[in-house]
Amino acid sequence: MKILVAVKRVVDYNVQLHVKSDGSGVETDGVKMSINPFDEIAVEEAIRIKEAGHADEVLVVSIGSDACQEQLRAALAMGADRALLVKCDRDVQPLLAAKALQALVGQERPQLVLMGKQAIDDDACQTPQMLAGLLDWPQATFASRIVIAGAGKVEVTREVDAGLETLSLDLPTVISTDLRLNEPRYIKIPQIMKAKSKPLQMLDLADLPITETPLLNIVTTSAPEPRPAGVRVGSVAELVDALKEKGVL
Amino acid sequence: MNRILLIAEHNGQNLDPATAKSLTCALQIPHQTLDIAVFGSSRAPAESAAKLVGVNRVLFVELPENQAGLAVCLCPLVVELSADYTHVLVPATSFGRDLLPRVAAKLNAAQVSDIVAVDGDRCFKRYVYAGNALITVQAPAGTVVASVRANAFKPTSAGGQAVVETVDLNLELPRHTRLLGLNRSVSERPDLQSASRVLAGGRGVGGKSGFDDLYRLADKLGAAVGASRAAVDAGFVPNDLQIGQTSKIIAPDLYIAFGISGAFQHLAGIKDAGVIVAVNTDPNAPIFEVADIGLVADLFEVIPQLEQALANK
Ligand SMILES: Cc1cc2nc3c(=O)[nH]c(=O)nc-3n(C[C@H](O)[C@H](O)[C@H](O)COP(=O)(O)OP(=O)(O)OC[C@H]3O[C@@H](n4cnc5c(N)ncnc54)[C@H](O)[C@@H]3O)c2cc1C
Repeated sequence: MKILVAVKRVVDYNVQLHVKSDGSGVETDGVKMSINPFDEIAVEEAIRIKEAGHADEVLVVSIGSDACQEQLRAALAMGADRALLVKCDRDVQPLLAAKALQALVGQERPQLVLMGKQAIDDDACQTPQMLAGLLDWPQATFASRIVIAGAGKVEVTREVDAGLETLSLDLPTVISTDLRLNEPRYIKIPQIMKAKSKPLQMLDLADLPITETPLLNIVTTSAPEPRPAGVRVGSVAELVDALKEKGVL
Repeated sequence: MNRILLIAEHNGQNLDPATAKSLTCALQIPHQTLDIAVFGSSRAPAESAAKLVGVNRVLFVELPENQAGLAVCLCPLVVELSADYTHVLVPATSFGRDLLPRVAAKLNAAQVSDIVAVDGDRCFKRYVYAGNALITVQAPAGTVVASVRANAFKPTSAGGQAVVETVDLNLELPRHTRLLGLNRSVSERPDLQSASRVLAGGRGVGGKSGFDDLYRLADKLGAAVGASRAAVDAGFVPNDLQIGQTSKIIAPDLYIAFGISGAFQHLAGIKDAGVIVAVNTDPNAPIFEVADIGLVADLFEVIPQLEQALANK
Protein backbone atom coordinates (compact mmCIF):
# COMPACT_ATOMS: atom_id res chain seq x y z
CA MET A 1 0.00 0.00 0.00
CA LYS A 2 1.10 3.53 -0.74
CA ILE A 3 0.51 6.33 1.79
CA LEU A 4 0.27 9.95 0.70
CA VAL A 5 0.97 12.56 3.38
CA ALA A 6 0.31 16.25 2.83
CA VAL A 7 2.50 18.78 4.63
CA LYS A 8 2.12 22.54 4.86
CA ARG A 9 4.87 25.08 5.48
CA VAL A 10 3.69 27.37 8.28
CA VAL A 11 5.07 29.93 10.72
CA ASP A 12 6.65 27.93 13.56
CA TYR A 13 4.33 27.40 16.52
CA ASN A 14 6.71 29.18 18.87
CA VAL A 15 6.79 32.47 16.97
CA GLN A 16 4.96 35.43 18.48
CA LEU A 17 3.37 36.95 15.41
CA HIS A 18 2.85 40.58 14.55
CA VAL A 19 0.05 41.97 12.47
CA LYS A 20 1.18 44.46 9.82
CA SER A 21 0.04 47.97 10.61
CA ASP A 22 -1.61 48.44 7.21
CA GLY A 23 -4.00 45.54 7.87
CA SER A 24 -2.68 43.51 4.94
CA GLY A 25 -1.68 40.44 6.90
CA VAL A 26 0.86 39.18 9.41
CA GLU A 27 4.60 39.76 9.31
CA THR A 28 6.24 36.62 7.90
CA ASP A 29 9.56 38.09 6.68
CA GLY A 30 12.50 36.54 8.48
CA VAL A 31 10.19 34.46 10.66
CA LYS A 32 11.02 30.82 11.41
CA MET A 33 9.00 28.42 9.25
CA SER A 34 8.31 24.74 9.98
CA ILE A 35 6.17 21.79 9.00
CA ASN A 36 2.70 22.30 10.45
CA PRO A 37 2.93 20.29 13.73
CA PHE A 38 -0.15 18.20 12.94
CA ASP A 39 1.31 17.29 9.54
CA GLU A 40 4.56 16.21 11.19
CA ILE A 41 2.46 13.80 13.25
CA ALA A 42 0.90 12.53 10.01
CA VAL A 43 4.36 11.94 8.50
CA GLU A 44 5.44 10.09 11.63
CA GLU A 45 2.34 7.90 11.56
CA ALA A 46 2.84 7.02 7.90
CA ILE A 47 6.43 5.99 8.58
CA ARG A 48 5.34 3.86 11.54
CA ILE A 49 2.69 2.14 9.43
CA LYS A 50 5.37 1.39 6.84
CA GLU A 51 7.78 0.18 9.53
CA ALA A 52 5.07 -2.16 10.81
CA GLY A 53 4.94 -3.72 7.35
CA HIS A 54 1.54 -2.36 6.30
CA ALA A 55 2.82 0.01 3.62
CA ASP A 56 5.62 -0.02 1.09
CA GLU A 57 5.87 3.64 0.16
CA VAL A 58 5.40 6.97 1.91
CA LEU A 59 4.98 9.90 -0.46
CA VAL A 60 5.00 13.43 1.00
CA VAL A 61 3.38 16.29 -0.86
CA SER A 62 3.32 20.02 -0.34
CA ILE A 63 1.59 22.79 -2.23
CA GLY A 64 3.21 26.20 -2.16
CA SER A 65 6.32 28.18 -2.99
CA ASP A 66 9.79 26.79 -3.77
CA ALA A 67 10.65 27.24 -0.11
CA CYS A 68 8.41 24.27 0.80
CA GLN A 69 11.26 22.04 -0.37
CA GLU A 70 12.74 22.64 3.08
CA GLN A 71 9.74 21.02 4.79
CA LEU A 72 9.63 18.19 2.25
CA ARG A 73 13.33 17.48 2.87
CA ALA A 74 12.60 17.36 6.60
CA ALA A 75 9.85 14.81 5.99
CA LEU A 76 12.23 12.78 3.80
CA ALA A 77 14.79 12.89 6.60
CA MET A 78 12.18 11.54 9.00
CA GLY A 79 11.81 8.53 6.72
CA ALA A 80 9.42 9.34 3.85
CA ASP A 81 10.54 7.78 0.56
CA ARG A 82 9.67 10.38 -2.03
CA ALA A 83 8.45 13.96 -2.24
CA LEU A 84 6.38 16.02 -4.58
CA LEU A 85 6.06 19.81 -4.60
CA VAL A 86 3.14 21.41 -6.37
CA LYS A 87 4.31 24.93 -7.03
CA CYS A 88 1.94 27.78 -6.47
CA ASP A 89 2.93 31.28 -5.46
CA ARG A 90 -0.39 32.53 -4.25
CA ASP A 91 -2.27 31.81 -1.04
CA VAL A 92 -3.32 28.14 -1.04
CA GLN A 93 -6.76 28.01 0.54
CA PRO A 94 -8.22 24.68 1.73
CA LEU A 95 -10.52 24.03 -1.24
CA LEU A 96 -7.69 24.64 -3.70
CA ALA A 97 -5.35 22.41 -1.69
CA ALA A 98 -8.00 19.68 -1.59
CA LYS A 99 -8.47 19.85 -5.36
CA ALA A 100 -4.73 19.70 -6.00
CA LEU A 101 -4.49 16.68 -3.69
CA GLN A 102 -7.45 15.07 -5.42
CA ALA A 103 -5.60 15.37 -8.72
CA LEU A 104 -2.47 13.83 -7.19
CA VAL A 105 -4.46 10.99 -5.66
CA GLY A 106 -5.73 10.29 -9.20
CA GLN A 107 -2.15 10.03 -10.46
CA GLU A 108 -0.54 8.26 -7.50
CA ARG A 109 -3.36 5.96 -6.34
CA PRO A 110 -2.55 5.82 -2.61
CA GLN A 111 -4.74 3.67 -0.37
CA LEU A 112 -4.36 6.01 2.56
CA VAL A 113 -4.03 9.80 2.77
CA LEU A 114 -2.79 11.16 6.09
CA MET A 115 -3.01 14.88 6.88
CA GLY A 116 -2.83 17.12 9.93
CA LYS A 117 -6.26 18.00 11.26
CA GLN A 118 -5.63 21.73 11.10
CA ALA A 119 -2.96 24.13 9.90
CA ILE A 120 -1.81 26.43 12.69
CA ASP A 121 -1.73 29.47 10.39
CA ASP A 122 -5.27 29.72 8.99
CA ASP A 123 -6.70 27.38 11.68
CA ALA A 124 -9.32 26.34 9.11
CA CYS A 125 -9.55 22.60 9.80
CA GLN A 126 -11.00 21.86 6.36
CA THR A 127 -8.66 20.32 3.80
CA PRO A 128 -8.81 16.61 4.80
CA GLN A 129 -12.60 16.55 4.94
CA MET A 130 -12.81 18.43 1.62
CA LEU A 131 -10.46 15.97 -0.02
CA ALA A 132 -12.43 13.00 1.32
CA GLY A 133 -15.63 14.59 0.01
CA LEU A 134 -14.19 15.26 -3.44
CA LEU A 135 -12.96 11.67 -3.69
CA ASP A 136 -16.13 10.21 -2.14
CA TRP A 137 -13.88 8.37 0.28
CA PRO A 138 -14.51 7.68 3.96
CA GLN A 139 -12.97 10.15 6.40
CA ALA A 140 -11.79 10.00 9.98
CA THR A 141 -10.82 13.33 11.46
CA PHE A 142 -8.90 14.08 14.71
CA ALA A 143 -7.32 10.62 14.97
CA SER A 144 -5.54 9.65 18.17
CA ARG A 145 -5.10 5.98 17.23
CA ILE A 146 -4.91 4.23 13.86
CA VAL A 147 -4.96 0.45 13.48
CA ILE A 148 -4.57 -1.17 10.06
CA ALA A 149 -7.07 -3.95 10.60
CA GLY A 150 -6.49 -6.05 7.47
CA ALA A 151 -9.05 -7.03 4.83
CA GLY A 152 -8.97 -3.50 3.47
CA LYS A 153 -10.14 -1.91 6.71
CA VAL A 154 -8.70 0.53 9.17
CA GLU A 155 -9.86 1.35 12.70
CA VAL A 156 -9.53 4.90 13.91
CA THR A 157 -10.09 6.36 17.35
CA ARG A 158 -11.06 10.03 17.17
CA GLU A 159 -10.85 12.76 19.78
CA VAL A 160 -14.32 14.33 19.83
CA ASP A 161 -15.92 16.82 22.21
CA ALA A 162 -17.78 14.07 24.07
CA GLY A 163 -14.78 11.79 24.51
CA LEU A 164 -13.34 9.14 22.18
CA GLU A 165 -15.11 7.69 19.16
CA THR A 166 -13.98 4.63 17.20
CA LEU A 167 -14.78 4.08 13.53
CA SER A 168 -14.10 1.27 11.10
CA LEU A 169 -13.41 2.51 7.58
CA ASP A 170 -12.89 0.81 4.24
CA LEU A 171 -9.69 1.69 2.41
CA PRO A 172 -8.96 3.87 0.54
CA THR A 173 -9.54 6.62 3.07
CA VAL A 174 -8.46 10.03 4.34
CA ILE A 175 -7.43 10.37 8.00
CA SER A 176 -6.60 13.61 9.79
CA THR A 177 -4.27 13.46 12.76
CA ASP A 178 -4.59 14.93 16.25
CA LEU A 179 -1.88 15.76 18.77
CA ARG A 180 -1.90 12.56 20.77
CA LEU A 181 -1.54 10.14 17.85
CA ASN A 182 2.23 9.96 18.27
CA GLU A 183 5.34 11.94 19.09
CA PRO A 184 7.34 12.65 15.93
CA ARG A 185 10.94 11.41 15.95
CA TYR A 186 13.95 13.70 16.04
CA ILE A 187 15.89 13.87 12.83
CA LYS A 188 19.58 12.93 13.09
CA ILE A 189 22.33 14.39 10.90
CA PRO A 190 22.99 11.20 8.84
CA GLN A 191 19.31 11.10 7.92
CA ILE A 192 19.43 14.69 6.73
CA MET A 193 22.36 13.74 4.50
CA LYS A 194 20.53 10.68 3.22
CA ALA A 195 17.38 12.69 2.52
CA LYS A 196 19.31 14.87 0.08
CA SER A 197 19.51 12.00 -2.38
CA LYS A 198 15.85 11.00 -2.12
CA PRO A 199 13.65 12.00 -5.08
CA LEU A 200 11.87 15.37 -4.87
CA GLN A 201 9.77 16.03 -7.94
CA MET A 202 8.29 19.42 -8.80
CA LEU A 203 5.30 20.31 -10.84
CA ASP A 204 3.15 23.34 -11.40
CA LEU A 205 -0.31 23.78 -9.96
CA ALA A 206 -1.41 25.01 -13.39
CA ASP A 207 -0.52 21.61 -14.86
CA LEU A 208 -3.02 19.76 -12.67
CA PRO A 209 -6.58 19.26 -13.88
CA ILE A 210 -8.37 21.53 -11.41
CA THR A 211 -11.81 23.01 -11.87
CA GLU A 212 -12.73 26.64 -11.16
CA THR A 213 -12.20 27.18 -7.42
CA PRO A 214 -13.86 30.00 -5.46
CA LEU A 215 -11.65 31.79 -2.94
CA LEU A 216 -12.35 33.66 0.25
CA ASN A 217 -11.42 37.31 0.14
CA ILE A 218 -9.48 38.40 3.21
CA VAL A 219 -10.56 42.02 3.55
CA THR A 220 -8.44 43.08 6.53
CA THR A 221 -6.23 41.61 9.22
CA SER A 222 -6.05 43.25 12.61
CA ALA A 223 -4.44 42.61 15.96
CA PRO A 224 -6.91 41.28 18.52
CA GLU A 225 -8.08 43.66 21.24
CA PRO A 226 -5.66 43.31 24.17
CA ARG A 227 -7.26 42.61 27.55
CA PRO A 228 -7.04 45.51 29.98
CA ALA A 229 -4.16 45.09 32.47
CA GLY A 230 -5.02 43.01 35.52
CA VAL A 231 -4.12 43.22 39.18
CA ARG A 232 -1.86 41.05 41.35
CA VAL A 233 -3.11 39.91 44.71
CA GLY A 234 -0.91 38.71 47.55
CA SER A 235 -3.03 36.11 49.29
CA VAL A 236 -6.04 33.85 48.95
CA ALA A 237 -8.06 36.24 51.13
CA GLU A 238 -7.29 39.08 48.71
CA LEU A 239 -8.14 36.83 45.80
CA VAL A 240 -11.56 36.06 47.29
CA ASP A 241 -12.19 39.78 47.83
CA ALA A 242 -11.16 40.58 44.26
CA LEU A 243 -13.48 37.89 42.91
CA LYS A 244 -16.36 39.25 44.95
CA GLU A 245 -15.63 42.74 43.71
CA LYS A 246 -15.81 41.49 40.12
CA GLY A 247 -19.14 39.86 40.94
CA VAL A 248 -18.07 36.33 40.02
CA LEU A 249 -18.18 34.78 43.47
CA MET B 1 -33.13 37.66 0.34
CA ASN B 2 -31.11 35.18 2.36
CA ARG B 3 -32.40 31.79 3.40
CA ILE B 4 -30.34 30.27 6.19
CA LEU B 5 -30.07 26.64 7.22
CA LEU B 6 -28.46 25.86 10.57
CA ILE B 7 -27.49 22.24 11.29
CA ALA B 8 -28.27 21.37 14.91
CA GLU B 9 -25.94 19.50 17.19
CA HIS B 10 -27.45 17.17 19.79
CA ASN B 11 -26.61 14.00 21.70
CA GLY B 12 -29.65 12.00 20.59
CA GLN B 13 -31.96 13.45 23.24
CA ASN B 14 -30.91 16.99 24.05
CA LEU B 15 -29.96 19.88 21.86
CA ASP B 16 -26.35 20.88 22.47
CA PRO B 17 -26.07 24.44 23.87
CA ALA B 18 -23.83 25.25 20.88
CA THR B 19 -26.94 25.15 18.68
CA ALA B 20 -28.75 28.02 20.44
CA LYS B 21 -25.52 30.05 20.47
CA SER B 22 -24.88 29.46 16.77
CA LEU B 23 -28.47 30.47 16.13
CA THR B 24 -27.73 33.87 17.67
CA CYS B 25 -24.96 34.29 15.12
CA ALA B 26 -27.18 33.11 12.26
CA LEU B 27 -29.93 35.55 13.25
CA GLN B 28 -27.48 38.44 12.83
CA ILE B 29 -27.21 37.70 9.12
CA PRO B 30 -29.98 39.58 7.29
CA HIS B 31 -32.46 36.91 6.19
CA GLN B 32 -35.90 36.06 5.03
CA THR B 33 -36.08 32.60 6.60
CA LEU B 34 -34.01 30.67 9.08
CA ASP B 35 -34.52 26.93 9.41
CA ILE B 36 -32.82 24.37 11.61
CA ALA B 37 -32.08 20.83 10.42
CA VAL B 38 -32.00 18.01 12.96
CA PHE B 39 -30.70 14.58 11.99
CA GLY B 40 -31.32 11.70 14.38
CA SER B 41 -33.49 8.91 15.68
CA SER B 42 -35.47 10.97 18.17
CA ARG B 43 -37.67 13.99 17.57
CA ALA B 44 -36.88 15.43 21.00
CA PRO B 45 -33.99 17.66 19.86
CA ALA B 46 -36.13 18.88 16.95
CA GLU B 47 -38.92 19.80 19.37
CA SER B 48 -36.42 21.78 21.47
CA ALA B 49 -35.04 23.51 18.39
CA ALA B 50 -38.57 24.54 17.39
CA LYS B 51 -38.87 26.47 20.65
CA LEU B 52 -35.90 28.71 19.91
CA VAL B 53 -36.91 32.28 19.11
CA GLY B 54 -36.44 33.33 15.50
CA VAL B 55 -36.62 29.89 13.90
CA ASN B 56 -39.06 29.51 11.00
CA ARG B 57 -39.08 25.75 10.49
CA VAL B 58 -37.32 22.74 11.91
CA LEU B 59 -36.55 20.03 9.40
CA PHE B 60 -36.35 16.65 11.07
CA VAL B 61 -34.56 13.96 9.09
CA GLU B 62 -34.84 10.57 10.72
CA LEU B 63 -31.64 8.56 10.80
CA PRO B 64 -30.52 5.55 12.85
CA GLU B 65 -28.44 6.55 15.89
CA ASN B 66 -25.29 4.94 14.52
CA GLN B 67 -25.41 7.11 11.38
CA ALA B 68 -26.59 10.39 12.88
CA GLY B 69 -23.10 11.44 13.94
CA LEU B 70 -21.22 10.31 10.85
CA ALA B 71 -20.12 13.09 8.51
CA VAL B 72 -20.11 10.72 5.55
CA CYS B 73 -23.80 9.93 6.09
CA LEU B 74 -24.91 13.46 6.92
CA CYS B 75 -23.05 15.08 4.04
CA PRO B 76 -25.30 13.95 1.17
CA LEU B 77 -28.38 14.86 3.23
CA VAL B 78 -27.11 18.36 3.99
CA VAL B 79 -26.09 18.85 0.37
CA GLU B 80 -29.60 17.86 -0.72
CA LEU B 81 -31.25 20.26 1.74
CA SER B 82 -28.86 23.09 0.91
CA ALA B 83 -30.34 23.53 -2.56
CA ASP B 84 -33.05 25.70 -0.98
CA TYR B 85 -30.69 27.92 0.99
CA THR B 86 -28.19 30.73 0.50
CA HIS B 87 -26.33 29.97 3.77
CA VAL B 88 -25.48 26.70 5.51
CA LEU B 89 -24.21 27.08 9.07
CA VAL B 90 -23.10 24.66 11.76
CA PRO B 91 -21.56 25.04 15.24
CA ALA B 92 -17.75 24.70 15.04
CA THR B 93 -17.70 21.81 17.50
CA SER B 94 -15.94 18.53 16.72
CA PHE B 95 -19.21 17.47 15.05
CA GLY B 96 -19.48 20.55 12.84
CA ARG B 97 -15.78 20.71 12.04
CA ASP B 98 -15.92 17.13 10.83
CA LEU B 99 -19.03 17.56 8.71
CA LEU B 100 -19.05 20.99 7.13
CA PRO B 101 -15.90 20.98 4.95
CA ARG B 102 -17.12 17.80 3.27
CA VAL B 103 -20.36 19.59 2.46
CA ALA B 104 -18.47 22.67 1.26
CA ALA B 105 -16.36 20.59 -1.12
CA LYS B 106 -19.51 19.03 -2.57
CA LEU B 107 -20.97 22.49 -3.10
CA ASN B 108 -17.68 23.85 -4.51
CA ALA B 109 -17.82 26.49 -1.77
CA ALA B 110 -14.96 28.15 0.08
CA GLN B 111 -15.86 27.60 3.74
CA VAL B 112 -15.47 30.23 6.46
CA SER B 113 -14.48 28.44 9.68
CA ASP B 114 -15.10 29.47 13.26
CA ILE B 115 -16.76 32.84 12.77
CA VAL B 116 -16.86 35.11 15.83
CA ALA B 117 -18.76 38.06 14.35
CA VAL B 118 -21.09 38.87 11.47
CA ASP B 119 -20.19 41.85 9.27
CA GLY B 120 -22.91 41.61 6.64
CA ASP B 121 -24.52 39.10 4.30
CA ARG B 122 -21.38 37.21 3.51
CA CYS B 123 -18.73 38.96 5.53
CA PHE B 124 -17.47 37.59 8.84
CA LYS B 125 -14.72 37.94 11.41
CA ARG B 126 -12.57 35.03 12.56
CA TYR B 127 -9.29 34.43 14.34
CA VAL B 128 -6.21 32.97 12.69
CA TYR B 129 -2.75 32.09 14.04
CA ALA B 130 -4.03 30.79 17.38
CA GLY B 131 -5.87 34.01 18.08
CA ASN B 132 -2.89 36.24 17.29
CA ALA B 133 -4.72 37.93 14.43
CA LEU B 134 -8.33 38.67 13.60
CA ILE B 135 -9.39 38.69 9.94
CA THR B 136 -12.46 39.95 8.14
CA VAL B 137 -13.32 37.57 5.31
CA GLN B 138 -15.82 37.75 2.54
CA ALA B 139 -17.29 34.56 1.12
CA PRO B 140 -17.38 34.41 -2.70
CA ALA B 141 -20.54 34.06 -4.81
CA GLY B 142 -22.50 30.86 -4.29
CA THR B 143 -23.73 29.20 -1.12
CA VAL B 144 -22.17 30.66 2.03
CA VAL B 145 -20.84 27.75 4.10
CA ALA B 146 -19.69 28.72 7.58
CA SER B 147 -19.03 27.24 11.00
CA VAL B 148 -19.74 29.30 14.10
CA ARG B 149 -17.57 29.62 17.19
CA ALA B 150 -20.53 29.04 19.46
CA ASN B 151 -18.97 30.51 22.59
CA ALA B 152 -18.51 33.88 20.92
CA PHE B 153 -22.32 34.26 21.07
CA LYS B 154 -24.93 34.18 23.83
CA PRO B 155 -27.62 31.53 23.43
CA THR B 156 -30.92 32.46 21.82
CA SER B 157 -33.69 31.94 24.33
CA ALA B 158 -36.64 29.58 24.13
CA GLY B 159 -40.18 30.87 23.70
CA GLY B 160 -40.70 30.46 19.99
CA GLN B 161 -43.04 28.01 18.32
CA ALA B 162 -41.80 26.89 14.95
CA VAL B 163 -43.21 23.81 13.29
CA VAL B 164 -41.28 20.57 13.04
CA GLU B 165 -41.53 19.06 9.58
CA THR B 166 -40.40 15.52 8.96
CA VAL B 167 -38.40 15.36 5.76
CA ASP B 168 -37.83 12.11 3.96
CA LEU B 169 -34.82 12.43 1.70
CA ASN B 170 -34.66 8.85 0.55
CA LEU B 171 -30.97 8.84 -0.31
CA GLU B 172 -28.66 5.86 -0.39
CA LEU B 173 -26.10 6.46 2.37
CA PRO B 174 -22.52 5.21 2.17
CA ARG B 175 -21.65 1.94 3.88
CA HIS B 176 -17.88 2.34 3.95
CA THR B 177 -17.86 3.75 7.49
CA ARG B 178 -19.09 2.06 10.65
CA LEU B 179 -19.34 3.47 14.15
CA LEU B 180 -17.74 0.95 16.52
CA GLY B 181 -18.29 2.92 19.69
CA LEU B 182 -18.34 6.22 21.48
CA ASN B 183 -16.59 6.33 24.79
CA ARG B 184 -18.39 9.26 26.39
CA SER B 185 -16.76 10.79 29.41
CA VAL B 186 -19.79 10.80 31.69
CA SER B 187 -19.85 13.31 34.46
CA GLU B 188 -22.41 14.85 36.76
CA ARG B 189 -20.42 18.06 36.66
CA PRO B 190 -21.23 21.08 34.51
CA ASP B 191 -20.25 20.78 30.85
CA LEU B 192 -16.92 22.44 30.09
CA GLN B 193 -18.19 24.24 26.99
CA SER B 194 -21.18 25.85 28.64
CA ALA B 195 -20.22 26.17 32.32
CA SER B 196 -20.21 29.66 33.78
CA ARG B 197 -17.19 28.83 35.93
CA VAL B 198 -14.18 26.79 34.87
CA LEU B 199 -11.15 25.70 36.89
CA ALA B 200 -8.34 24.54 34.66
CA GLY B 201 -5.21 22.63 35.59
CA GLY B 202 -1.90 22.37 33.80
CA ARG B 203 1.33 20.48 34.11
CA GLY B 204 1.87 22.21 37.46
CA VAL B 205 -1.04 20.24 38.95
CA GLY B 206 1.38 17.32 38.88
CA GLY B 207 -0.92 14.33 38.50
CA LYS B 208 -4.29 12.74 38.98
CA SER B 209 -4.33 13.40 42.70
CA GLY B 210 -3.77 17.12 42.10
CA PHE B 211 -6.78 17.07 39.78
CA ASP B 212 -8.81 15.33 42.52
CA ASP B 213 -8.16 18.41 44.67
CA LEU B 214 -9.19 20.63 41.78
CA TYR B 215 -12.42 18.65 41.30
CA ARG B 216 -13.27 19.05 44.98
CA LEU B 217 -12.87 22.80 44.74
CA ALA B 218 -14.81 22.85 41.46
CA ASP B 219 -17.71 21.06 43.11
CA LYS B 220 -17.83 23.74 45.83
CA LEU B 221 -18.01 26.42 43.12
CA GLY B 222 -20.33 24.56 40.75
CA ALA B 223 -17.53 24.82 38.22
CA ALA B 224 -16.42 22.60 35.34
CA VAL B 225 -12.83 21.37 35.18
CA GLY B 226 -10.62 21.87 32.13
CA ALA B 227 -6.96 21.34 31.34
CA SER B 228 -4.00 22.35 29.23
CA ARG B 229 -2.58 20.09 26.58
CA ALA B 230 0.37 19.24 28.81
CA ALA B 231 -1.98 17.93 31.52
CA VAL B 232 -3.88 15.80 28.99
CA ASP B 233 -0.70 14.52 27.31
CA ALA B 234 0.63 13.51 30.72
CA GLY B 235 -2.51 11.46 31.28
CA PHE B 236 -3.76 13.45 34.29
CA VAL B 237 -7.19 13.89 32.66
CA PRO B 238 -8.99 12.71 29.48
CA ASN B 239 -8.71 14.48 26.12
CA ASP B 240 -12.14 16.07 26.20
CA LEU B 241 -10.98 18.43 28.96
CA GLN B 242 -8.40 20.16 26.76
CA ILE B 243 -8.88 23.87 26.18
CA GLY B 244 -7.18 25.80 23.39
CA GLN B 245 -6.52 26.61 19.76
CA THR B 246 -7.04 23.09 18.57
CA SER B 247 -9.48 21.84 21.19
CA LYS B 248 -12.30 23.44 23.18
CA ILE B 249 -12.94 27.17 23.02
CA ILE B 250 -14.71 28.34 26.16
CA ALA B 251 -16.16 31.59 27.46
CA PRO B 252 -17.12 31.19 31.13
CA ASP B 253 -17.79 34.17 33.40
CA LEU B 254 -14.92 32.98 35.59
CA TYR B 255 -11.85 31.01 34.53
CA ILE B 256 -9.09 30.10 37.00
CA ALA B 257 -5.84 28.60 35.71
CA PHE B 258 -3.80 26.55 38.17
CA GLY B 259 -0.25 25.68 37.12
CA ILE B 260 -0.75 26.69 33.48
CA SER B 261 2.03 28.74 31.88
CA GLY B 262 -0.18 30.45 29.29
CA ALA B 263 1.13 29.33 25.90
CA PHE B 264 -0.87 31.14 23.23
CA GLN B 265 -2.23 27.83 21.95
CA HIS B 266 -3.93 27.58 25.34
CA LEU B 267 -4.90 31.27 25.59
CA ALA B 268 -6.67 31.00 22.22
CA GLY B 269 -9.30 28.92 24.00
CA ILE B 270 -10.09 31.41 26.79
CA LYS B 271 -10.08 34.77 24.98
CA ASP B 272 -13.75 35.40 25.63
CA ALA B 273 -13.72 34.46 29.31
CA GLY B 274 -15.20 37.11 31.61
CA VAL B 275 -12.67 37.14 34.45
CA ILE B 276 -9.36 35.30 34.05
CA VAL B 277 -7.50 34.34 37.21
CA ALA B 278 -4.01 32.80 37.23
CA VAL B 279 -2.35 30.95 40.07
CA ASN B 280 1.26 30.18 39.25
CA THR B 281 4.56 30.03 41.17
CA ASP B 282 6.43 31.72 38.33
CA PRO B 283 5.85 35.49 38.41
CA ASN B 284 6.99 35.70 34.78
CA ALA B 285 4.57 33.11 33.42
CA PRO B 286 2.85 34.55 30.30
CA ILE B 287 -0.58 33.68 31.73
CA PHE B 288 -0.22 36.75 33.99
CA GLU B 289 -0.21 39.00 30.90
CA VAL B 290 -3.83 38.13 30.19
CA ALA B 291 -5.00 37.53 33.77
CA ASP B 292 -7.42 40.00 35.32
CA ILE B 293 -6.34 38.74 38.73
CA GLY B 294 -2.96 37.10 39.31
CA LEU B 295 -1.71 35.26 42.38
CA VAL B 296 1.93 34.19 42.49
CA ALA B 297 1.68 31.20 44.78
CA ASP B 298 1.86 27.43 45.06
CA LEU B 299 -1.40 25.92 43.84
CA PHE B 300 -1.15 23.15 46.42
CA GLU B 301 -1.44 25.81 49.13
CA VAL B 302 -4.00 27.92 47.31
CA ILE B 303 -6.54 25.16 46.58
CA PRO B 304 -7.14 24.09 50.24
CA GLN B 305 -7.16 27.73 51.37
CA LEU B 306 -9.77 28.60 48.74
CA GLU B 307 -11.86 25.62 49.79
CA GLN B 308 -11.63 26.84 53.37
CA ALA B 309 -12.53 30.41 52.41
CA LEU B 310 -15.57 29.21 50.48
CA ALA B 311 -16.69 27.01 53.37
CA ASN B 312 -16.56 30.03 55.69
CA LYS B 313 -18.59 32.14 53.35
C1 LIG C 1 0.15 22.42 17.31
C2 LIG C 1 0.00 22.68 18.77
C3 LIG C 1 -1.26 22.80 19.28
C4 LIG C 1 -1.44 23.00 20.64
N1 LIG C 1 -2.71 23.12 21.11
C5 LIG C 1 -2.88 23.32 22.44
C6 LIG C 1 -4.19 23.46 22.99
O1 LIG C 1 -5.20 23.38 22.28
N2 LIG C 1 -4.30 23.67 24.31
C7 LIG C 1 -3.21 23.76 25.15
O2 LIG C 1 -3.39 23.96 26.38
N3 LIG C 1 -1.98 23.64 24.66
C8 LIG C 1 -1.79 23.41 23.33
N4 LIG C 1 -0.52 23.27 22.86
C9 LIG C 1 0.60 23.18 23.83
C10 LIG C 1 1.12 24.51 24.33
O3 LIG C 1 2.06 25.01 23.40
C11 LIG C 1 1.81 24.33 25.70
O4 LIG C 1 2.85 23.39 25.57
C12 LIG C 1 0.87 23.84 26.79
O5 LIG C 1 -0.29 24.65 26.82
C13 LIG C 1 1.57 23.92 28.12
O6 LIG C 1 0.75 23.41 29.15
P1 LIG C 1 0.98 23.88 30.66
O7 LIG C 1 0.85 25.35 30.76
O8 LIG C 1 0.12 23.04 31.52
O9 LIG C 1 2.48 23.40 30.95
P2 LIG C 1 3.78 24.26 31.18
O10 LIG C 1 4.02 25.20 30.08
O11 LIG C 1 4.85 23.28 31.52
O12 LIG C 1 3.46 25.14 32.45
C14 LIG C 1 3.31 24.65 33.75
C15 LIG C 1 3.17 25.85 34.67
O13 LIG C 1 2.89 25.40 35.98
C16 LIG C 1 3.55 26.26 36.90
N5 LIG C 1 3.65 25.51 38.16
C17 LIG C 1 4.41 24.41 38.41
N6 LIG C 1 4.21 23.99 39.67
C18 LIG C 1 3.32 24.83 40.25
C19 LIG C 1 2.74 24.93 41.55
N7 LIG C 1 3.01 24.04 42.50
N8 LIG C 1 1.87 25.92 41.77
C20 LIG C 1 1.58 26.84 40.81
N9 LIG C 1 2.11 26.79 39.56
C21 LIG C 1 2.98 25.81 39.29
C22 LIG C 1 4.86 26.58 36.24
O14 LIG C 1 5.40 27.78 36.76
C23 LIG C 1 4.44 26.70 34.77
O15 LIG C 1 4.13 28.04 34.45
C24 LIG C 1 -0.32 23.08 21.50
C25 LIG C 1 0.96 22.99 20.96
C26 LIG C 1 1.13 22.77 19.61
C27 LIG C 1 2.49 22.66 19.07
